[in-house]
Amino acid sequence: MLNRLFWKKREFSVTYQFGFATIALICFFALYAPITTLVFYSFNAGNNLMLWEGFSFHWYVEASKNELVQEAAMRSLIIAVCASLISTLVATMAALGTTRTAPFKGQKLIFIMINQPLMVPEIVTAVALLIFFAIIKTFTNYYGLGYLITAHAAFCVPFAYLPIKARLDGMDLSMETAAGDLYATPFVVFRRITLPLLWPGILAGAMLSFVISLDDVIITEFVKTAGQDTLPTYMLGQLRRVITPEINAISSVLLAVSLVVVTIFFLFTRKRY
Amino acid sequence: MARKLSEMEAERIKRKNLANWLLSMPALLLLLFAASGPLLIVIFYSFLTPGNYGGIVWEFSGDAWFKVLFSQDIFDDTISLSDAHLSIFWRSVQLSFLTTLICLILGFPTAYFIATRPPKTRNIWLFLITIPFWTNLLIRTFAILELIRNKGVVNNSLISLGIINEPINMLYTDMAIVIGMTYVYLPLMVLPIYAAMERFDFRYVEAGFDLYASRFKVMWRIILPIIKPGVIAGSILVFVPSLGAYVTPRILGGGKNLMIGNLIELQFGQGKNWPLGAALAVTMLLIVLLALIFYMRISQRSEQKDAQ
Repeated sequence: MLNRLFWKKREFSVTYQFGFATIALICFFALYAPITTLVFYSFNAGNNLMLWEGFSFHWYVEASKNELVQEAAMRSLIIAVCASLISTLVATMAALGTTRTAPFKGQKLIFIMINQPLMVPEIVTAVALLIFFAIIKTFTNYYGLGYLITAHAAFCVPFAYLPIKARLDGMDLSMETAAGDLYATPFVVFRRITLPLLWPGILAGAMLSFVISLDDVIITEFVKTAGQDTLPTYMLGQLRRVITPEINAISSVLLAVSLVVVTIFFLFTRKRY
Repeated sequence: MARKLSEMEAERIKRKNLANWLLSMPALLLLLFAASGPLLIVIFYSFLTPGNYGGIVWEFSGDAWFKVLFSQDIFDDTISLSDAHLSIFWRSVQLSFLTTLICLILGFPTAYFIATRPPKTRNIWLFLITIPFWTNLLIRTFAILELIRNKGVVNNSLISLGIINEPINMLYTDMAIVIGMTYVYLPLMVLPIYAAMERFDFRYVEAGFDLYASRFKVMWRIILPIIKPGVIAGSILVFVPSLGAYVTPRILGGGKNLMIGNLIELQFGQGKNWPLGAALAVTMLLIVLLALIFYMRISQRSEQKDAQ
């Protein structure tokens, strides 16, 4: 039935396959139904998770008044901003060094190193950082946010690197060469030509790493010292106790942030037909 | 003169290479400090002796690696295969495999569907798949938890429809973990298959139809063999994080249905066995590496085929 909607039956369709549209639409429904339910119940007036007692912003107010939530949100934001700035900066430099150049010795090694956080399971990296930072802590006695920021910046590098590299791959060197021929210094060429052209890629990379850092649970859970909860680890802790719609409210806000950032990213990097 | 020019060129390339390395250096140092380097320390730690209150003692010991596979009876010192660890390993592999299979069955038609939309609406469908991919894993797992709990939406509506009388107990079972992981990792299956599908040339299919192939035969003999690298990439992308899953089994599996990730975490509390945890982490890393090598082998082979 559904297939009829998407593949015209009048003429012979080359791409039609039996049941595929039905499965696809079920998938889309299944992907969105749980999140939608979660957001829906964040507006529940009662404190039962599944019994609807009327519409209210009660739990949003409650969450915003909760000091633990305020602190965790602030911490999440600080870490995400710092980590995305650092990772975007180093990823931009690395992308400039590894694209639009003749193949050089060690290029593959650089690729593997940069993409390593995507390949190694997060729990393994988390355990590794727990051990490593425990050693550093005994030597330096420093217990601040620096560990979390460093860890986040590191695993955000590939997410910042990929869109910047993609943008650079699509830019040829002719503009830069032309500017060089007109006696622009390398710095001026970079400042006036490369950077403005590369800017959308850099912004996209920064936004992706911001979202990735904001959402991280596992590495944060292992690296944080007591009292350094971010929003996701705070939620993870709450899930062990009696769950109230407050969690739904916090989740909905985080979802909204991700949605906005990813939409902007999508508009930035969209292929035009 | 010619020799000089070539020397100058060599000099220029050398300087360019140095610049490339210098530009990449900050990223490499950061990753070496907070990603790759610590992995080496984990390997080192797995060969040390556990301390009494967590942490380690600086003494070499192969004990942790021994304990990954074997257990020693505390009463009569008999050595046997460690059932607890082996069953968790085996369960993790099974659950990850099942997740990958379900993701494939659901994800392939979805990717095909998106790729066969007209270019204008295709972007919207693609966007709809990417959104869940970028939203918080913890939140998505929590959403599943709310749906399938005994008093959750699924059970409540089934009861009110009169299909069942008693709520089906889904939470804290292996099934809950598989549902959760499938939900969380499905986009990772769809995206690479879509990427492969997008480049697919439907003239091959037309040729197949001209030669009286059925729709099923076209799918099985023409589309699938060409899309295979995308299917394998998607399967690896789902299998690897499933195997390393920590959040989903912790929330949906309750305390008793552990996977390797949770087993590793258990070793790092106060008074626990850090070297054993390190050894388990290295074991997981090895399994993942094997999967990646397998993937690279296959994708290289299909590239060679293309070149011929």
